[in-house]
Amino acid sequence: MAESFDIIIIGSGPGGYVTAIRAAQLGFKTAIVERAYLGGVCLNWGCIPTKALLRSAEIFHYMQHAKDYGLAAEKVSYDPAAVVKRSRGVSKRLNDGVGFLMKKNKVSVIWGEAAIDSPGKVTVKPAKSEAAKNSDAPKGALAPGAYEAKHVIIATGARPRVLPGLEPDQKLVWTYFEAMVPERVPKSLLVIGSGAIGIEFASFYRTLGAEVTVVEVLPQILPVEDAEIAGLARKAFEKQGIKIFTGAKVTRLDRQADSVTATIDDGKGGTQTLAVDRVISAVGVTGNVENLGLERLGVEIDRAAIVVDGYGRTNVPGIYAIGDVAGPPLLAHKAEHEGVICVEAIKGLKRHPMDKLKIPGCTYCAPQIASVGLTEAAAKEKKLDIRVGRFPFIGNGKAIALGEDQGLVKVIFDKASGQLVGAHMIGAEVTELIQGYVVAMNLETTEEELMHTVFPHPTLSEMMGEAVLDAYGRVLNM
Amino acid sequence: MPINILMPALSPTMEKGNIAKWLKKEGDKVKAGDILAEIETDKATMEYEAIDEGVIAKILVPEGTADVAVNAPIAVLAAEGEDVKTAVAGAAAAKQVAPSPPAGASKPAAAPQPSPPPPYPPPLAGEGREGVPTPASPVAPAPAANGRGRIFASPLARRLAKAAGLDVARIAGTGPHGRIIAHDVEAAKSGGAALRAPLPSPAAPGIAPVQAPSDDKIRALFEPGSYDVVPHDNIRKIIAQRLVLAKQTIPHFYLTISCTIDKLLSAREDINVTAPKGPDGKPTWKLSVNDFVIKALALALIKVPEANVTWTETGMLKHKHADIGIAVAIPGGLITPVVRKAETKSLIAISAEMKDYAARARARKLKPEEYQGGSSAISNLGMYGIEEFAAVINPPHATILAIGAGIERAVVRDGKIAVATQMKVTLSSDHRAVDGALGAELMGAFRIYIESPTAMLV
Repeated sequence: MAESFDIIIIGSGPGGYVTAIRAAQLGFKTAIVERAYLGGVCLNWGCIPTKALLRSAEIFHYMQHAKDYGLAAEKVSYDPAAVVKRSRGVSKRLNDGVGFLMKKNKVSVIWGEAAIDSPGKVTVKPAKSEAAKNSDAPKGALAPGAYEAKHVIIATGARPRVLPGLEPDQKLVWTYFEAMVPERVPKSLLVIGSGAIGIEFASFYRTLGAEVTVVEVLPQILPVEDAEIAGLARKAFEKQGIKIFTGAKVTRLDRQADSVTATIDDGKGGTQTLAVDRVISAVGVTGNVENLGLERLGVEIDRAAIVVDGYGRTNVPGIYAIGDVAGPPLLAHKAEHEGVICVEAIKGLKRHPMDKLKIPGCTYCAPQIASVGLTEAAAKEKKLDIRVGRFPFIGNGKAIALGEDQGLVKVIFDKASGQLVGAHMIGAEVTELIQGYVVAMNLETTEEELMHTVFPHPTLSEMMGEAVLDAYGRVLNM
Repeated sequence: MPINILMPALSPTMEKGNIAKWLKKEGDKVKAGDILAEIETDKATMEYEAIDEGVIAKILVPEGTADVAVNAPIAVLAAEGEDVKTAVAGAAAAKQVAPSPPAGASKPAAAPQPSPPPPYPPPLAGEGREGVPTPASPVAPAPAANGRGRIFASPLARRLAKAAGLDVARIAGTGPHGRIIAHDVEAAKSGGAALRAPLPSPAAPGIAPVQAPSDDKIRALFEPGSYDVVPHDNIRKIIAQRLVLAKQTIPHFYLTISCTIDKLLSAREDINVTAPKGPDGKPTWKLSVNDFVIKALALALIKVPEANVTWTETGMLKHKHADIGIAVAIPGGLITPVVRKAETKSLIAISAEMKDYAARARARKLKPEEYQGGSSAISNLGMYGIEEFAAVINPPHATILAIGAGIERAVVRDGKIAVATQMKVTLSSDHRAVDGALGAELMGAFRIYIESPTAMLV
């Protein structure tokens, strides 16, 4: 007889494993199915290892600029293998951590590839993928077989999108998988796509000395970010020597033995060719909706994303989806929180669906970019009457002391209600700052509470208070 | 720098107050501790002390003004030696939030208008630090001092509620631990579905009741142990629900007349002596004044059929018969059995029916169909010596007639003082269904029947 669970979660990425823990906390008998790596892409091939790489790049950058701080560091160099090794080590540590968390929370891990036969019935088969061959089942994992669960939550995530002609080949044209474990740093690199993934790799490789070109099809880089912030980012990147084409398209890649010639349509009627060592295709991701039995069950799918309501429910009772596979924004923390809301709703707890305007987004390039809520353009598009406040890093004592005086904090308030509807930042450590505004938004503060919030001195966070004051004509240090 | 003097919050829950009296006038010097004005709340009149020194440059809100929102500027104080005119100009923006002039007598009991949302930026000349004992936020009423009955609402929710003219306390919170969040205010604005404690009445869907203070808040007003708590029985709950509903959803107005009932009293005596005696030697029936009142009102309703109606949102129910509810006091409450087609019934039949109703009402044995419906009602407190009163309409009725005691009075008749027995009757009307002139017409018809009971014969 098939072993029966209250909840089976398919996929152990950040969405899946957090959902599993929360489900277990709520008293559900929970299992999680994984085919390759506990922790999924995020902590094995995404968020975490890239942060490890970027940290190496950042320290390299500081060492190159040691003189600026009155220090001496000579013959500064790097060992790509060691940088990658550190990154893989970080992932491994967290991967083990997820295994421990599953055990601690008495979540059963089922090793293999799952498909849903009918609501409540899940068949797990041995995984066949390339990645699966390179990873072993953690100790104590349940074997493939037939399982049952009252609720099945799909958290299978997403994978790099493939555009015709730009197909990754693992050698010359990389996705983030290959870009994360380079054997050497290419002399020249073309990054197609300027979303968070593309820009982070562009920043990483540029810092390590590669000639980097970024091609973005939309009119601005970092298309989801506020135009003003993206503009500042572009200036900063160009100053670092990154070449940027926006409103442009890579129409053709001619692959040679150890290089690629790219044809770029610059969007103004001109084309040019560019010879590079390597290409990174970062043109977005697409949901892993295949081979789950969804078509058979009639689960509604729209543009490679499972259609769900605010509680992760699909159109088929008993089947849920969270995270990247359930549509944008494609962020680990969004997936985690969707999962929590999903299982809490299954438990019968009264929860509001997630407000997607309160999900922060962070890009860990140099300079860092962080944002939450509406961009200025989106607020105007919504016909909101807004007040915008800005505070530049150059007016902040801590920023100057850090040697990081370039950057901006920008806030957008709804004039009528005083609601903070958006916050956008660029500069040092802003990815750690944004959360202050996210808490404020989530608690539904108005400008009044923010103005009466004491920010510690001297910190970068003082700029957050100043930007709010600026929105109301009360800025102090500018 | 001019300082705005703001409407003070004299109690933690105060949101509005009246300027009862200015004790300083424009140009007067004030020093800290001087009494500036008397502020009236619904509970008390309190003195408002100056905190800063200066000269009253301008009084923005004249005395006698009602419903001034807390923190609205009410006057401008110029510092010593400061140009008074400049000071006033500096505070000009403040006038935008000054409330409307005193409410005229033409709108008594008008609901206070929601005050406009404060304009931004709020930092005007007189922020809290400059002197007035105000809560930090100009919009959020401070929580009750004892922490009980505190309303948990997000700042944004409070501000949105204020802007929408909604009492945040009335909104049901769906945030963590029942916190009221912006979502709830939006829901309350759009549907009213999220309003707390809606009355379970199909008669007035979508009309939100005003939320009374919480039990905890009320109990906190009394010394613990100084009272007993008697749980409500069902009848008390229903009375409370129906009367709150009636007063909240029915626009009442009142018409009072004095009826001379000497003829009625003598007719009643004449008729009563004709009652046959039963086996126990007592009369088998005895008409009461109330029986006459029922019949008179029934006939009046038939004579003025426009007043024999029930309001519904989709249309007026024009009744073909006069079904009249009679308020009967019973232990712990009251109930209103309905005399159906009263216009067709003899006084003796009405009398007998009422006797039966009253007995069974006291035994709480009336059937629902016996106390539901009707187009008008009678409440008679004359037997208690009440001279006149106004009754609350009992929906679905459009009117209710409140009957006072028959009292001998000196009246002027043909230029001479005479003695007459007079009974004051007050008609409460649902203005949606019965307008003033129509109510007056109904009262005129009633007067004819009650003053000349023989008219009931024709």
